[in-house]
Amino acid sequence: MTTFIALIPAIPLLGFLVLALFGQKLTRKTIGYIGAGSIGIVALLTFIAGIEFLKSLPQVKSYSVVIWEWINAGSLKADISFSLDALSLVFCFVITFVGFLIHIYSIEFMAKDEGFSRFFAYMNLFVGSMLILVLADNILLLYLGWEGVGLCSYLLIGFWYKEPVNGYAARKAFIITRIGDTAMIIGIIILFLSFGTVNINDLMQQASEKWVAGSSIAVLTAALLLGGALGKSAQLPLQTWLPDAMAGPSPVSALIHAATMVTAGVYLIARAHVLFSLAPIVQTAIAIIGALTLLIAGFSALAQHDLKRILAYSTISQIGYMFLALGVGAWSAAVFHFMIHAFFKALLFLAAGVVILVLNEEHDIFKMGGLRKKMPVVYMTFLIGAASLSALPLITAGFYSKDAILWYSISSETGNTLLWIAGITGAFLTALYSFRMIFITFFGEAKTQPAFLPGKMMTIPLIILAVLSVIGGFVELPQSIGEIHLFSNLVYNTLPAVAVKESGHSEILFQAISAIIVLAGIYLAYTVYLKKPALSESFNHSRLNKFFEKGWGFDKLYDVIFVKPVVWLSEIDKNDIFDWLNVGISRLTLLTNHLLSITQNGKLRWYLMSFTIGIALILTYMIFR
Amino acid sequence: MNLFFYIAAAIALITTIMAISGRNAIHSLLFLILSLLAVSVIFYLLNAPFIAALEVIIYAGAIMVLFIFVTMMLNIGIEGRTEKKWLNPGMWIVPSILAAVLLADFILAIKHVPASHSVDQIILPKQVGISLFSTYLLAVEIAAILLMAGVIGAYHLGSQKKKVTHRFLKKN
Amino acid sequence: MLTVPVEIQILFAGILFLLGLIGLLVRRNMIFMLMSIEIMFNSAGLVFIIASTHWKQPDGQVMFIFILAVTAVEVAIALAILLQVYHHFKTLDADSVNKLKDHN
Repeated sequence: MTTFIALIPAIPLLGFLVLALFGQKLTRKTIGYIGAGSIGIVALLTFIAGIEFLKSLPQVKSYSVVIWEWINAGSLKADISFSLDALSLVFCFVITFVGFLIHIYSIEFMAKDEGFSRFFAYMNLFVGSMLILVLADNILLLYLGWEGVGLCSYLLIGFWYKEPVNGYAARKAFIITRIGDTAMIIGIIILFLSFGTVNINDLMQQASEKWVAGSSIAVLTAALLLGGALGKSAQLPLQTWLPDAMAGPSPVSALIHAATMVTAGVYLIARAHVLFSLAPIVQTAIAIIGALTLLIAGFSALAQHDLKRILAYSTISQIGYMFLALGVGAWSAAVFHFMIHAFFKALLFLAAGVVILVLNEEHDIFKMGGLRKKMPVVYMTFLIGAASLSALPLITAGFYSKDAILWYSISSETGNTLLWIAGITGAFLTALYSFRMIFITFFGEAKTQPAFLPGKMMTIPLIILAVLSVIGGFVELPQSIGEIHLFSNLVYNTLPAVAVKESGHSEILFQAISAIIVLAGIYLAYTVYLKKPALSESFNHSRLNKFFEKGWGFDKLYDVIFVKPVVWLSEIDKNDIFDWLNVGISRLTLLTNHLLSITQNGKLRWYLMSFTIGIALILTYMIFR
Repeated sequence: MNLFFYIAAAIALITTIMAISGRNAIHSLLFLILSLLAVSVIFYLLNAPFIAALEVIIYAGAIMVLFIFVTMMLNIGIEGRTEKKWLNPGMWIVPSILAAVLLADFILAIKHVPASHSVDQIILPKQVGISLFSTYLLAVEIAAILLMAGVIGAYHLGSQKKKVTHRFLKKN
Repeated sequence: MLTVPVEIQILFAGILFLLGLIGLLVRRNMIFMLMSIEIMFNSAGLVFIIASTHWKQPDGQVMFIFILAVTAVEVAIALAILLQVYHHFKTLDADSVNKLKDHN
């Protein structure tokens, strides 16, 4: 069992090595086998490890294995050690399974690309780093995985590096997440200095024993770790990189920027929930940030006309839901929503990738249309994904997960009506923009004809993910409907249950309200975008729409506050003293050269004269010694 | 005997000065030959008659003649106009100063030479010959090879092949 | 029998050498420079003979013979080179054959 755990991150890394070293010499088929096969093997291993884990509950709560010693410097001891508990198991399952489907999809999606082996090498490296992140036993190893996924995100966003725009987007993503990473490493250092260990379980235990709830050091550390999570998960104020990251290929957007990397922040907060419980202010801040982000991103998604950007803002918004759940203490609900979101968001991105590919790289939804009849399978799966995203009542998995969050946002001890209102507004917006997307892209008259139909390797993953988006919710049904608690029972040992306050609210009432709101949103989208498009035309050209489309002006704000002053400063500082030093050294050397080259004037008598002077000097010296 | 030495020395010095400050190459060479003859007299006075003969035959008779032949072949003009242009009096100052410094060093250096023995003895060619072919035999052979190298080198260096430049390199 | 002090003899040779050196430094025409070199060779040989007389051994004279051989070879080669230089540069000016200078 423990060897399985060690193999899980190792196999994708091995796949990366093989593809990186020999990728140029292998055939496409072999690369596909190695690239997707390694993830498939890992998915199988996760499956087996999961079964073992479930069988050994409730006696064994987690498995740990130490591979080798990594750092042993003074008081800092960190090992390469992995531990599998319920939380890591859920994340591993999602990463490997969804990752495997995405890899299969990529074999056909990237079939004509010249960087085929490079793509799979990077993807394997990414999956390996992400698995290290979720399986890490100590926080330094987690940070290693954290940085690794950041690197792979950079490499994969800028995959088509010949376009400068892609490189710019990749750098933007890297730099903004770096800000978060810096905060996180400071938090890690504070933790290490306070407790002398980097093992996560030890840290959490000692924190709960030694730190008082609400003490400034707990708040500081929690806030710093939150900073790291904000960067990686693209929440306010570090959310500006994710829409631009859509410059990468669609499988990359599906895997990294929908299902896995952006949820690393959620994982971090869930893993360190003890620490966050000790800092209630920070938790409230998480909830508020989540609520604000989901609203801002929801409005922005409404105004986009690039298909992938709609989905990007949708991702930001949904992760805002997860943060909202974490903020009110609904740990398992957040992780549940993560799992379901991974299914339908990956589905949506993959389907969007198919649409863009068959329409010859057309991204603008207003130039699409009428694809319902031309690509029925893609249409059906896309519809299921969008329905799950909008939390269509009762039949989609998204309903159960989002509904749990909405319920806890008002009924948890730290919950608030305002948060619930923000959540429900977000649900309305989500339904509105997702069905706007469906109606404009798939209905109406076809403005661009599809060049070809997608093959099996692209459609089968779509179908599998669509099925999961429907039935995945049935593992956790709320009290009022079916009361199945498979999921929360699984993670019970790792993530404590939500503390619900006694109140007169009934759950059915809130579920009914959210169902009605979602249906209202779908109906509004139908009316405004399909039945009478003229109603939305005037809004499309309004200033408010432009404001929403530019992401509420955050890019411009950061440009004015940070980018322009730094560029101006560096322009002024161009010829400072360190430049003088460098230029001065070279000038001095050139000057010496000029001086010395005067003595090499090619004249014989000049040389003879120098001989004679030399002889005279030496002889005089020798005589008078 | 001393008188002859001083006279010969004086002649050697004066003709050498005439040689190096002359304008006409042939004249200077002829003055140089005179200087060599004077030195040959000094050699004879120094009990080295064989060397005196060698000096005249080889040095003055072969090497200087070679110089004169080459000078005549180069046909550098008897008037010495260019020599006048090149040889302004101001040019003598610095080399003279340097030579004076070296002379001072030289005088200081030779103060410690021990006095010679009183017995006077002529060193005959026979002694030189025996010494040459017994003690210094190897050096003789090397000198012979050196001469051969000189002959071959001079032959090659002196050949005037018509230089063929590629048509791209010709400046026309 | 010569009773001139040895110092005077060597001094005389030294003066001859220095005259040759001055001639080498002052003259621009290459024929004269070679001539001055000959003067210097000769004076060096003179010192050897003086030493040979002083120590009453034939070694100095042997050395002089070698110097003679070397001088002969050197003159031959130098004049051959001089001829080539004249053929190429059309002048015997030592200052104008400065193609090896540092063009900086």
